[in-house]
Amino acid sequence: MGLFSRFTEGLQKSRESFREDVNLLLNRAPKVDEEFWDGLEEALIMSDMGGYSASTIVDKLRNEAVRKGYRDARDVLAALNDQIAGEFVDGGDAILGEDGIVLFVGVNGSGKTTTVGKIAKQAKDAGRTVILGSGDTFRAAAIEQLEVWAERADVEIVARERGSDPASVCYETIERGEQVGANLVLIDTAGRLHTSADLMRELEKVVNVVRKRANMPVRLVLVIDATTGQNGLQQAREFNGALDLDGVIITKLDGTAKGGIAVAVAHYLKLPIVKLGVGEQLDDLKDFDAKEYAAALIGDFGTE
Amino acid sequence: MFDNLQDQLQEVFDDLKGKGRLSEADISVAMRRVRMALLEADVSFKVVKSFVTKATARCMEADVLESLTPAQNVIKVVLDELTSLLGESESKLELAPNKQPNVIMLVGLQGSGKTTAAAKLAYLLKREGHNPLLIACDVYRPAAADQLETLGGEIGVRVYRSDEKDPVAIAKAGIRDAIDNLKDVCIVDTAGRLHVDEDMMAEAESIKAAVDPDEVLMVVDAMTGQDVVNVVETFSERVEFDGVIMSKMDGDARGGGALSVREATGKPIKFISSGEKPDSLEVFHPDRMARRILGMGDVVSLIESAVKVQQEEEEAEATERLRKMDLNLNDFLDMNRQIRKMGGVGKLISALPGGDRMMSQGQVDEHALDRMEVIINSMTKQEREKPDIINGSRRARIAAGAGVTVTAVNQLLKQYSETRKQVKKMMSQYSDMSNNSGRGRGKKGKKGGKKRRGPRMGMPGLGGMSMADIKKIQEMME
Ligand SMILES: Nc1nc2c(ncn2[C@@H]2O[C@H](COP(=O)(O)OP(=O)(O)OP(=O)(O)O)[C@@H](O)[C@H]2O)c(=O)[nH]1
Ligand SMILES: [Mg+2]
Repeated sequence: MGLFSRFTEGLQKSRESFREDVNLLLNRAPKVDEEFWDGLEEALIMSDMGGYSASTIVDKLRNEAVRKGYRDARDVLAALNDQIAGEFVDGGDAILGEDGIVLFVGVNGSGKTTTVGKIAKQAKDAGRTVILGSGDTFRAAAIEQLEVWAERADVEIVARERGSDPASVCYETIERGEQVGANLVLIDTAGRLHTSADLMRELEKVVNVVRKRANMPVRLVLVIDATTGQNGLQQAREFNGALDLDGVIITKLDGTAKGGIAVAVAHYLKLPIVKLGVGEQLDDLKDFDAKEYAAALIGDFGTE
Repeated sequence: MFDNLQDQLQEVFDDLKGKGRLSEADISVAMRRVRMALLEADVSFKVVKSFVTKATARCMEADVLESLTPAQNVIKVVLDELTSLLGESESKLELAPNKQPNVIMLVGLQGSGKTTAAAKLAYLLKREGHNPLLIACDVYRPAAADQLETLGGEIGVRVYRSDEKDPVAIAKAGIRDAIDNLKDVCIVDTAGRLHVDEDMMAEAESIKAAVDPDEVLMVVDAMTGQDVVNVVETFSERVEFDGVIMSKMDGDARGGGALSVREATGKPIKFISSGEKPDSLEVFHPDRMARRILGMGDVVSLIESAVKVQQEEEEAEATERLRKMDLNLNDFLDMNRQIRKMGGVGKLISALPGGDRMMSQGQVDEHALDRMEVIINSMTKQEREKPDIINGSRRARIAAGAGVTVTAVNQLLKQYSETRKQVKKMMSQYSDMSNNSGRGRGKKGKKGGKKRRGPRMGMPGLGGMSMADIKKIQEMME
């Protein structure tokens, strides 16, 4: 399946299920009444936007609806769409678009390694010189996993045996990158919970080493699974606090999870979204578009 | 992990506590905040909705509203409902005793922690004396089998893997491998899959059909948000799992999903997995989990009064039992044992006001209880249950058996019959009081609970002391 169709399919799923909700809502309550607002709040909560955010957004929209005299639910939903899209910040494209060293961090199983593989492929296809660094020296077979991705993407990888110091693997990767004239260095790191002080400290050390050694910009990207609930915000806060993140990637958007937590992360931490993961294959990577993301979350009613 | 939920609930209860009587409006304000706290904890929208409806209705009942300590009662209602959502009891692995090998199959979304959980489960079973085999059926994720093999090597458990591309064939071959190698449990690790991926869900069904598992466990990430309901419902329909392993519980995700899973599928949570080390898989205890929600902090002190009410109810129940049964010598023996568990009469008396003085003046015979026990031990079962039948000849026999004089036996029986009388008298007082229990309890609460409602039970050699006193002392000593 091609890149575009796969994503549209993923989007379609979210959009359809939301549309079902809202269609139901539209049929049930063509007028903008109490039931409509309750239904809207429910739909927003179901997207993992969070109870507080959902009720804040609904309150704001209600005021706007009164002020602007919206009578049709479609007007409200169009305004909602704009509002959500407006939460996202720009700057995500530069993070992978420009030359540099990018480290991928996040909790266990969020999709870091897979994402590194997909990005490597995309950059390689774009004619760039890419090198991978296997900074996860902790998890069993993490190195082998990234090696497979390097092979699939046809890029070079620097890896040491399991248990070796991740900082020195990064150091060597940068060194090797310089030798081969790489303009994109992608470093996978071990998954860790943001609550583990030791592992967070270890990561800070790795990042410091990379920042010292690098002669290209160093960027840090947090990978968050779209199924994550409100804890996603906590993850982003902690990783951002420790490492000063540059952006976020949301993965697993090919499921039914809507990834509403991205809205909260963008709102509170002003971090741009770099890419979206929409499957397990090499090409299942999608550029982020605020309008599109908002549309996938809430459905595209204003224009249809 | 429930820290934040705890904070938020605490705030709600703090507010309530500041009030004397509650109006219906107070309760609905509190419930709105409970709702928000649960939503922020990722409890699924529908579960929250029904929870809040139930809890609100319960709180609006007269006995809560009109009670003079309504805040505590509201808290208690919320906590009770939360606890019951988590499941009433622990659910263990159910393996077939006579089947060789038993098969456990793990399923779940990508990245939920199946492979790690498989190894942990193998480690747990191995420690319990089983001889497990791990079967690597994830043919999709790069190096998945390597990961399982490495983990298996670390915990000394054999791993079956194959270059075969079909997970069903691998699973079957794995079971054969288990039989050949005399393994008694197989753990089938499967690829992570999305519940909406038709091919992959069909594959999971095929694997299940092929290995005929005794237990299918679904691994659910504690950080999962609202989607958890869609996910577990579909998995439940397609592969009908028997229970859930909640993973990544060492994080600070509030884990509201734990509440949703049960409500959505009726399936119990069997294990919690909290860490990357093989020994971090524990049986899920709903009560512990509930206590974790309540937290060790101030919420506990807030609910203390609520719990006290409950304790008193339990006590009343025990008393009622006693009243019905009448006090016999077995009860007498029980009391004695309870006292000994608390460190003996000496320690018990010392802990009471003025107790030290009594002890130093030699007013307390620390070994009286031990002698009593020896005497009661040489009675027949019938004699203990119906002490009235103990006539002269029986007394002589008992004295001989216990190596004491008949006088000592007589003394014991006299003490017993006095205690029984005392208890009976208290029982009648107690049942008078409990006839107007609702208001009575409230008044007591307002007056600061100085006046004891509970019965005073005659402890051998100890005068009147209630079970509550004993409990209090026990707490002090622990
Ligand atoms: N459906 C779907 N699955 C994904 C996506 N991205 C990753 N996965 C799957 O999620 C699982 C975990 O992905 P990994 O890339 O190993 O995640 P990780 O963050 O590197 O994991 P650790 O290194 O163990 O912390 C794998 O089974 C991936 O195939 C996605 O966008 N969609
Ligand atoms: Mg990884």
